[in-house]
Amino acid sequence: MLNRFLGGNGANGSEPPAADSPVIETIGLTKTYTMGDVEVHALQGVDMTVRIGEMVAIMGPSGSGKSTLMNIIGCLDVPSSGLYRLDGTDVSMLDDNALAEIRSLKVGYVFQNFNLLPRTTAQANVELPLLYAGIGGRERRRRADDVLRTVRLDHRSDHKPNELSGGQQQRVAIARALINRPQLILADEPTGNLDTRNSVGIMELFKQLNEERGITIVFVTHNPEVAAYCDRVVRVRDGLIESDERNPSAGSKAPQSQAAPGPPPSQPPSR
Amino acid sequence: MNFYEAVRVAMLALAANKLRSGLTMLGIIIGVGAVIALLSIGRGVERFFVEQFTSLGTNLLYIFPGQLSGGPPQERGRDVGVLTLSDSYAIANPLRVPDVLAVAPEVTGRVVVARGSSDMEVSVSGVTASYQDALLGDAAIGAFVGETDVQERGRVVVLGSDVFGSLFEPNEDPLDQTIRVNNILFRVIGVMEERGAGIGGANLDETVFVPLTTASDRLFRRRTVSGDYIVNVIYATVSSEDRMEAAQEQIAELLRERHNIGFQGEDDFSIINQSDLLSIFGDILSLFTLFLSAIAFISLVVGGIGIMNIMLVSVTERTREIGLRKAVGAKRRNVLGQFLIEAVTLALIGGILGIILGGGGALAATSFIDNFSAVVGIDAIVIAVLFSMAVGLFFGIYPAYRASRLNPIDALRYE
Repeated sequence: MLNRFLGGNGANGSEPPAADSPVIETIGLTKTYTMGDVEVHALQGVDMTVRIGEMVAIMGPSGSGKSTLMNIIGCLDVPSSGLYRLDGTDVSMLDDNALAEIRSLKVGYVFQNFNLLPRTTAQANVELPLLYAGIGGRERRRRADDVLRTVRLDHRSDHKPNELSGGQQQRVAIARALINRPQLILADEPTGNLDTRNSVGIMELFKQLNEERGITIVFVTHNPEVAAYCDRVVRVRDGLIESDERNPSAGSKAPQSQAAPGPPPSQPPSR
Repeated sequence: MNFYEAVRVAMLALAANKLRSGLTMLGIIIGVGAVIALLSIGRGVERFFVEQFTSLGTNLLYIFPGQLSGGPPQERGRDVGVLTLSDSYAIANPLRVPDVLAVAPEVTGRVVVARGSSDMEVSVSGVTASYQDALLGDAAIGAFVGETDVQERGRVVVLGSDVFGSLFEPNEDPLDQTIRVNNILFRVIGVMEERGAGIGGANLDETVFVPLTTASDRLFRRRTVSGDYIVNVIYATVSSEDRMEAAQEQIAELLRERHNIGFQGEDDFSIINQSDLLSIFGDILSLFTLFLSAIAFISLVVGGIGIMNIMLVSVTERTREIGLRKAVGAKRRNVLGQFLIEAVTLALIGGILGIILGGGGALAATSFIDNFSAVVGIDAIVIAVLFSMAVGLFFGIYPAYRASRLNPIDALRYE
């Protein structure tokens, strides 16, 4: 029924079989930091599910816990308690090296400040994740050419970051995120350092990747214009999900599932 | 990520900061350069001395008065041993010491030689005719001190080639000319050919030779109470190398008898052969080498600390790069490996440049110093390479460990 329906949607992408399974599934996720003597409860029990092919914006004010959520989803950090399944695998208890492996194979990142290696060509920057995935030189070059063509930068592959515009740098970063063919791309305020024209270009690119390749994309953003491109907007406040709504303005796509498997169809605003 | 990739990444990082990398290497370059130069020159010196000694013949014995090893003479409760010209003649008796071919006593000192307005201070050797047979070749011009000169205490002198050069014009005939030795007039009867350094490094070209009796009576006034001539050393050549021990025993027995040393008394003389001298010299040289190596080692450690310092700076500076690498899948060991390889590469390149520098220095010494050639050994090079790698590894571990432990989230946010 619902899953079937979603499956149809996911089949637009390149991975038809497991299409109805969630890419991200969190149950009762909490994260507590100790800063000096003070305990900071960054996350206080987050239940959230993102299915293959979704394009989701996580929004929230500063200190809401959205970055912490993003870090855990991206396997850069582990939760204090709760369960996190990425692509069906429980990753909430993995150690550093196992997380690195997951990051290498399953997640692509796009950062606000691009985070490209300086003095290094676009090509080499894009190849970087393959270096750690143990892929040989010829295959690396082939794949890098491929993804650079996807982001329409194949004519700039020998340029270094300081020879590229902000929009072009972010395209290189997106190419880098794509190169390991991840199920999931996490973008942290990807248009934060770009002007309006470049922002539109980047968001169009994300949209295209989502629609044509069925890649699941999760944004963390303050920017309503970014959220407007998404199927679904999850608002986080005080370490809890405040609202989780399908985005009416992104009506070009088929309707999506709402939120966690728990209380359907729309989660009530939390306490 | 395989090893080749890791090295490539490390080389790129080093190339990105060429000046800094170069300066960091400098400590290792100097340390390794010093080690190589010292080892090479030390070896060259050793070989030089071995050649000098063996050129005098490996069948030469040195007989010195007193014990070379042992406490001060006073503590031994009797007179310091004395060797005399009669001892020398006794050793030369083939019936008593059949294995000895030639015996050359010598008394040495410093004198001032003068001719006209030029003068110089030189070594003087009081010798007998047999000195020539035992130690020296023929005189280049004229003759060497003869047996009659010794018996007559003749005021005759044979000049070393440098002494001749200083006192005479190059094409002047020195024979039968008169020079003053300590203000006593001597007749020049010969000039030696150029020899360079001689026994124990004394320069035979800056030596004048006079009859032993003349030296004792006229220059030093050294005689025993009984009127015998005192000598500093007696050289004895042995018929063949495998008779060395026999000759030493024969000489020792003879001298003990002549010096009235009882059954359990200690010798008041020392008989030393070439290999004894070489091993004494080798001991001194290896002590010297050890001392200089310690200094070179300190400079290597300082170089290593320099590497550690720069690697720590580099880790801090590249925190975001490390964060990014971890975010896209680098494991701890990848980051650890990257920085470790950088440190080892720095040290290794420094070591190789140091070998070139040190080897160059050794070769320069070879070309500047006559009769000397430094020996740059393969073993020294291998040791230097391994040692500089070890320094890089040792001082690179901590910075690399710090880098590998960085948390990717904090690292990515680092400004």
